[in-house]
Amino acid sequence: MSKIHVTTTVNGDEVEFLADPRETLLDCLRDKLGMTGSKEGCGTGDCGACSVTLDGTLVCSCLVLGVEADGKQVGTIEGVAEGGVLHPLQKKFIEHAALQCGFCTPGILVAAKALLEQNPNPTETEVRYWLAGNLCRCTGYDKIVRAVMDAAADLRGEAA
Amino acid sequence: MIPFAFLQPTSVDDALAAWTPGAAWLGGGTNLVDLMKTGGGQPSLLIDLSRLPGLRDIEMSDDGGARVGALVSNADLADHPAFAARFPMVAEALLAGASGQIRNAATVAGNILQYPRDAFFKHLGEDPLDGDTTSLSILGANGPVAVHPSDFCVPLAALDAVVEVQGPNGPRDIALADLLAPTADTRTALAPGELVLALRLPAEGATFAGHARYLKVRDRTSFAFALTSAAAALRFDGPRIAEARLALGAVAPTPWRVAEAEALMAGQAPDADLFERAAQTALSGAVAIGDTGWKIELARRTAIRALTLAAAHTPARLPALPGSPFAAQAKDHAHA
Repeated sequence: MSKIHVTTTVNGDEVEFLADPRETLLDCLRDKLGMTGSKEGCGTGDCGACSVTLDGTLVCSCLVLGVEADGKQVGTIEGVAEGGVLHPLQKKFIEHAALQCGFCTPGILVAAKALLEQNPNPTETEVRYWLAGNLCRCTGYDKIVRAVMDAAADLRGEAA
Repeated sequence: MIPFAFLQPTSVDDALAAWTPGAAWLGGGTNLVDLMKTGGGQPSLLIDLSRLPGLRDIEMSDDGGARVGALVSNADLADHPAFAARFPMVAEALLAGASGQIRNAATVAGNILQYPRDAFFKHLGEDPLDGDTTSLSILGANGPVAVHPSDFCVPLAALDAVVEVQGPNGPRDIALADLLAPTADTRTALAPGELVLALRLPAEGATFAGHARYLKVRDRTSFAFALTSAAAALRFDGPRIAEARLALGAVAPTPWRVAEAEALMAGQAPDADLFERAAQTALSGAVAIGDTGWKIELARRTAIRALTLAAAHTPARLPALPGSPFAAQAKDHAHA
């Protein structure tokens, strides 16, 4: 099959690549663009390790074909910190030790950032509901939920 | 994945013209791409529908119904306040399904047309009676056939939803129940090359808005398929039920609706005995396949519980998790 020329925007930067239609957006990010922050866990939309935003909407990049991203805005974990400055979510994940092996962490950060952009003041139940599509096999989730709640308070300008 | 060609038409006419045997329509990809990766689906051509105009609109019609474009995402539909006000149990079912990532990508048409999980079993040559038989039907099937896995389609069936399709022979409307009635050879009544354009909910469905619930029972409280589910909707005339709707999910190859079960509730006062009889009637003929005997009793209790919840009233805020009175989204879903 011939490859297809794809022009897309990743974290605000325009990028181009040639994609076989079989390659997922996750494949393209990792293998063509060298952005290996997004992870492949299950490859079937269950674990959320590959979470990115597509035109601002949180999706699993393992179920999006690279060719579908043509003309769209992609947001990945690499765009969460600004320059060398960590996002409040990233800082709180470190403070709360909300990660162990770290494989799920990029996806959870991208998903949590998308949540807080829609809902700056979520309840704990809302955080848990929103993050249901992100599996973590290390932490038991408790520290993750606390870190997200704390980051939300921080972003609202409240002392935790 | 085996190699396939990829097209992104920009009009419905071009999309229909591009279809050839072996082609598949690509919506959100949450079911199709998953199947392609696991070997359950191998289209020779993928026709990406995302560039087609007008298929992402949600129109609240003046008569009280709604028309939902085929490419509207599950999340956008569930989060549409006017839609949720008219058809709260549809929004409740959408919010009970999958995860945020999947609801954001999955489309209305893709949800209706999703492959049941026995597509995997058959492709892999596995005996469906080996191992976990949870997803096997207890109604409407001769032998081991997977249930229709959708939450969304259960309230749609109860509310007489209609699907607008267009194909080589022009446009037609088909009742959701007819579309999802599988035969030995086909999963749906969609003809080759036909494309779903929209879903319509008749205005009559909105007359149940004050007493309509979707109840989903599953192994864990989030991101799991239903073990059993029920959509229950009641319209009252004073203290008595004027009309009742009841559809069961995860028990049959299609959402399961029994006219006699609904009819026996009309004109009656809502009480435990009535709902018990309605549930028994809805499940008459249920047969355990494999070790699914538990499912018959669970479905019976699920139906009774859903009817009881509906009789109480539709909550002002939709519970997205069973038994949990909180709205999944930041905004309230006020109901009519």
